[in-house]
Amino acid sequence: MIEAIDLLFNTSLWAAVLRIATPLIFGVLGALLCERAGVLNLGIEGIMTLGAMTGWLAVFLGTPLWLGLVVAALCGAIMGLLHATLTVPLGLSQHVSGLGITLFASALASYLYRLIVEVGDLPPTIEPFRALDIPVLTDIPVLGPVLFSQALPTYLALLAVLVTAYVLARTPLGLAIRMTGENPHAVEAQGLNPMRIRVGAVVAGSALMAIGGSFLTMVAFDSFFPGMVQGRGWICIALVVFASWRPGKALVGALLFALFDAYQLRLQTVSEGVPYQLFLMAPYVLSILALVLVARRAEVPAALMIPHRRGDR
Amino acid sequence: MRLERRSTTPLGLAIVAPLASVVAALVLAAGLIAAAGVSPFLAYGEMLRGALGSRLAVTEMLTRATPLIFTGLAAAVAFRARLWNIGGEGQFFVGALITAWIGHGLGLPGWLGVPTLMLAGMAAGAALLAGPAYLRLRFGVDEVVTTLLLNFIVILFVGMMIEGPLKDPLAFGWPQSVPVDGDFRLPDLVARTRLHIGLLFAVAAAGIVWLVLARTVFGAEMRAVGLNARASAFAGVSLTRTIMGAALLSGAMAGLAGAVEVTGVTAGVTTTMSPGFGYAGIVVAMLAALHPAGVVAAAIFVATVFVGADAMSRATGVPSFIADVIVALCLLTMIVALLFTTYRVRR
Repeated sequence: MIEAIDLLFNTSLWAAVLRIATPLIFGVLGALLCERAGVLNLGIEGIMTLGAMTGWLAVFLGTPLWLGLVVAALCGAIMGLLHATLTVPLGLSQHVSGLGITLFASALASYLYRLIVEVGDLPPTIEPFRALDIPVLTDIPVLGPVLFSQALPTYLALLAVLVTAYVLARTPLGLAIRMTGENPHAVEAQGLNPMRIRVGAVVAGSALMAIGGSFLTMVAFDSFFPGMVQGRGWICIALVVFASWRPGKALVGALLFALFDAYQLRLQTVSEGVPYQLFLMAPYVLSILALVLVARRAEVPAALMIPHRRGDR
Repeated sequence: MRLERRSTTPLGLAIVAPLASVVAALVLAAGLIAAAGVSPFLAYGEMLRGALGSRLAVTEMLTRATPLIFTGLAAAVAFRARLWNIGGEGQFFVGALITAWIGHGLGLPGWLGVPTLMLAGMAAGAALLAGPAYLRLRFGVDEVVTTLLLNFIVILFVGMMIEGPLKDPLAFGWPQSVPVDGDFRLPDLVARTRLHIGLLFAVAAAGIVWLVLARTVFGAEMRAVGLNARASAFAGVSLTRTIMGAALLSGAMAGLAGAVEVTGVTAGVTTTMSPGFGYAGIVVAMLAALHPAGVVAAAIFVATVFVGADAMSRATGVPSFIADVIVALCLLTMIVALLFTTYRVRR
């Protein structure tokens, strides 16, 4: 019991929180952007898998790490364009199309990985992003290791939260995106094209999701294996609801979730005799509980999942 | 150019749509096969041979199709009522787990024990989907996320049980549950193959589901709720009863898939016994345009792709993941094809 509390005062726990939260922050921002424009993107799980594979593969084939991130983002954007084409101009079921994207992108990632990479006894590895060593700041006790010794993509994730929040809340573009999610006819009446806004939001959101996935292979681990996303995409979809579709709250949600995840990982080591699966189940159970708690007062974008057809009422 | 809703879908179009989508998916996947340096014609030829080329191959394919028919029915029933049950995988596993659990040392004769196990599997699957359906009806929680997350929870739970109370002491440390008693193993349909009479159960289930959907008030109410929930509620259909009913029927079908797979093929439960039967069931249901008879045909097609791809991979070196790519592409091309069966293009 005392050990369990001691764990909470361990700096490595708090450093792990930011690290575990990073892919979720990207994923939840991506899903939020799509949904704010009125499109549910269940392709997230597959897009994160594809991002994890392609980013890693680019680096494995010799590009610098930053270019790996760009490659992952581009592949995510392409999947986003596919989902957007099916759901926006064609107005097909966002649920089914999204699941199709997830199945397709995951299968494609596994297929291309097997095709291109020679897998021996051990999966091949790359040299991943290293933790930054910021002079002076890193040496601050507690805060240094927690805040200032993360890898570059973690800071990009925090930056992405600021940018998304600013764009959505303070720019004409953000207003147009939010309005498209609430009332696309009103957007049309303003002389804007809601279809284009939706496609753009889904493409950009999917690129963010893919960058989140690439964190897994380019920072957290140094190799790829099929199924490594392990439901993180679905958890992001739950986090968007938990965050009431707001970027700031999404950051808080991702951090809370990551704290819980980091804590259960460490708790496993001091709890002998308790099946480890119970700990692994906890994050999924927590996500469902969080959904139940907020569902009643969720401020769902009014036009979410409703296809827009010109001239319809 | 604009789309106009059709009042009826011509039968010819309803049959052509899935065929066209399959052809489109195969053409798209051909590019990926060519990228592997193998002629797509050769690869597809090997696939056909691997799945249909011999008596053994056909029985293997049908063995694989059996759980897909059940999970396909599960998805079709739920999707008709616009209940997005993506938890077929989890429901499959609870059905399998409860079957192995009860079926080990049950002490009933086979004729009584097998139906008991089937019912137990159905009840477990139905119960697992009843939870998310209740959360949606009571609190408005989206069932897509809850059913998806439950898949992960259930598989971890299965892992916990087969390393704990249900561990098979005779499995030499292999993570596997205790087997069901020999009396409860389903008889072979074709001697000296893995094909068991579960296939007949699956086809019978498709027939029963078709009857329920097409010939009962409940079936009509389900479709009405799926087409327009508000209008149906206004017309006096109970949303709670209809959606809960759809959830119970859907979950039962997926749970039955697990029960039949255990009694028919694996005897015990492992965490790797399903190569994504639950998720593939969604593709099966969509390819079938949510029609039970179509589900049987679509399950046979999907099983052909999976079994054939394994053989093709051994013969040509193309990664067998191509099967997952083809099946996923079928889902995407099919929803586009369905657009043309429900709408017509007007200038």
